[in-house]
Amino acid sequence: MALMNMVAALNNALDLLLKENDKVVVFGEDVGKDGGVFRVTDGLMQKYGEKRVFDTPLAESMIAGTAIGMAAGGLRPIAEMQFAGFMFLSFGQMINHAARYRGRTRSTITLPMVVRTPVSGGVRTLEHHSENPEIYFSHMGGLIVVEPSNPYDAKGLLIRASHMDDPVVFLEPTKLYRLFKQEVPENMYEVPIGKAATIQEGDDLTIITWGTMVPVVKNAVANKKANAEIIDLRTINPLDEKTILSSVKKTGKALIVHEASLTFGPGAEIAARIAEKAIFELDAPVMRVASPSLPYPYPGYESFYIPNEKKVEEAIEKIMSD
Amino acid sequence: MKKVFDGSVDYYQVMDEQGNIDMSLFPNELDDSKILEMYKYMSLARAMDAKALSLQRQGRAVTYAPMVGEEATQIGSAIALRKDDYFVPNFRQQGVFLARGFSMDELFLYFRGYEEGNMIPKGKHALPGAVPVATQMQHAAGLAFAQKYLNTGASVIGYVGDGGTSEGDFYESLNFAGVTKSPLVAIIENNQWAISMPRGKQTAAQTLAQKAIAVGIPGVQVDGNDVIGVYKVIRDALANAKNGPTLVECITYRMSMHTTADDPTKYRPQEEVDAWKKSDPIARVKIYLTKKGLWGDKKEQDLADQSLKAIDAAVEKAESFKGDPASMFEHIYSYMPDILQDELDAATASNFWQTQQQPPQRENGE
Repeated sequence: MALMNMVAALNNALDLLLKENDKVVVFGEDVGKDGGVFRVTDGLMQKYGEKRVFDTPLAESMIAGTAIGMAAGGLRPIAEMQFAGFMFLSFGQMINHAARYRGRTRSTITLPMVVRTPVSGGVRTLEHHSENPEIYFSHMGGLIVVEPSNPYDAKGLLIRASHMDDPVVFLEPTKLYRLFKQEVPENMYEVPIGKAATIQEGDDLTIITWGTMVPVVKNAVANKKANAEIIDLRTINPLDEKTILSSVKKTGKALIVHEASLTFGPGAEIAARIAEKAIFELDAPVMRVASPSLPYPYPGYESFYIPNEKKVEEAIEKIMSD
Repeated sequence: MKKVFDGSVDYYQVMDEQGNIDMSLFPNELDDSKILEMYKYMSLARAMDAKALSLQRQGRAVTYAPMVGEEATQIGSAIALRKDDYFVPNFRQQGVFLARGFSMDELFLYFRGYEEGNMIPKGKHALPGAVPVATQMQHAAGLAFAQKYLNTGASVIGYVGDGGTSEGDFYESLNFAGVTKSPLVAIIENNQWAISMPRGKQTAAQTLAQKAIAVGIPGVQVDGNDVIGVYKVIRDALANAKNGPTLVECITYRMSMHTTADDPTKYRPQEEVDAWKKSDPIARVKIYLTKKGLWGDKKEQDLADQSLKAIDAAVEKAESFKGDPASMFEHIYSYMPDILQDELDAATASNFWQTQQQPPQRENGE
């Protein structure tokens, strides 16, 4: 075990993956000598050589598209998109091709590839550096979408993602990269994909959240001394509906908290499933706390945009009074 | 002032419209049997193309993109591929599939609207057709990178149309292949029309081949209706692929519509089409073979009969396929997620699928 922040845990995962399988290649913009703008790939080019860890020309569609070709050709690419806002330039490749290749060739060509990108805000950075894109990649089907909220999960999920024969969009909350450290095993381990984590048990209320909102929800629950069950989704798509429904059926109340904007957000999908399959076990309407339904603002206004503890506490108060 | 860069593009033609060969460019390994093989594949591709078009008109195939007129570009390049080389097509490379040993029933199954016709059998080195324009060139570049990385010795041909050269993905893929020295041969099947957009309005560039210059790789033009010329240029590019990519612009012509949903008489003068008939890719090889005493009316008739027979058998096989809608669900992830299984269960339990029609299917013995 070693104390690691999320950046160190991800770096450790990539190191182990590169060591384990010489078909693994790590590439993207500035991931080589520079070690990535957030240093997630720091030291890996020096350790494994420029053949396996390399900088690409600056073109996101190319990073995704060549990863598809590499994966079809027998490699296990792990590509980095510098920021989620830039990743939209590769949206066509991800949606038209990465998501569809297995289906449209009836599994005769599969794509074992991971595309990593930093997501979410709260770190006072430039425009297009703080997006919450999980719903875009989850909506159609065909892409696995993962978002860890702590170093342990980040490492285990990334290892699992690279071991799978699926295209995985791996979202890394920038705000959580260095927010806290955790004891993380130094050896190889997997955290299952498609399985949410119940990070706190409780009886009165279920709170479903992920990414940057996990620490916010934990604080809010502690502040309110609420007897809440907290579910960290970890995998956005495919959704772990079972864990959500069994908790909601137990508590009778569901609050969904995410940083992505409200309208057509991931919370809508979760709320709909709860309504379809657990409505008679509910004793209060499903509630959502999310960012406003508008594009991510420039940092002068971001603290007015991202949900905080106060907003979550108010929601807990409201749902508990219903 | 000083000149810091100078570039040029060469144009190749080995066999002219009258079947005359420029022996200074003729690839020595090409014997008459190989030229006969090219001729037969081009003829078969044209016959298959006509059949697919006719099936679409009868409601027995989905929207179809004919390749008539582009046989030399497709067959010449396909025959130049070596055993382990890959090809990455767009949506009009039916001839390449044929010449690379894909069976016609698979192609007709795809034309009929089934992904099962899109499967790449083990040992076949190709990616399936790609409909969004030029995106497949990125896959070709990545696949070429993988060949170099794995030291397989294989190279990759990626096909793109003249319209596709305006896409960012086209440029990005060539740039990547250039800087990583990946074994890619990028073929522009320049058939002069991107639906209703003529080549001259697609770009101010004088040639499409010169787009190679911007990424620092060789770019050449070849008469895309000259199967020997295409073969020669592609074979040279493949031989050089271990040193890096080449861009080859094949000058050909879309003799038919963009797809069966298109009516080119709305935007394209018939005189232009008629003029291109004089440089038909199949006719010149026929003249050559006839002059050499290798071809005649009897052989032509036999080939046509054989082709039709093979095509009819392939159509019959494709039309006897019955799809299973559950297969839509079963090939999305490496495992079946619970939420998708629930949807599949609901679909199989409901009456909805039973009420839906499959595309037209051949009854037994019909």
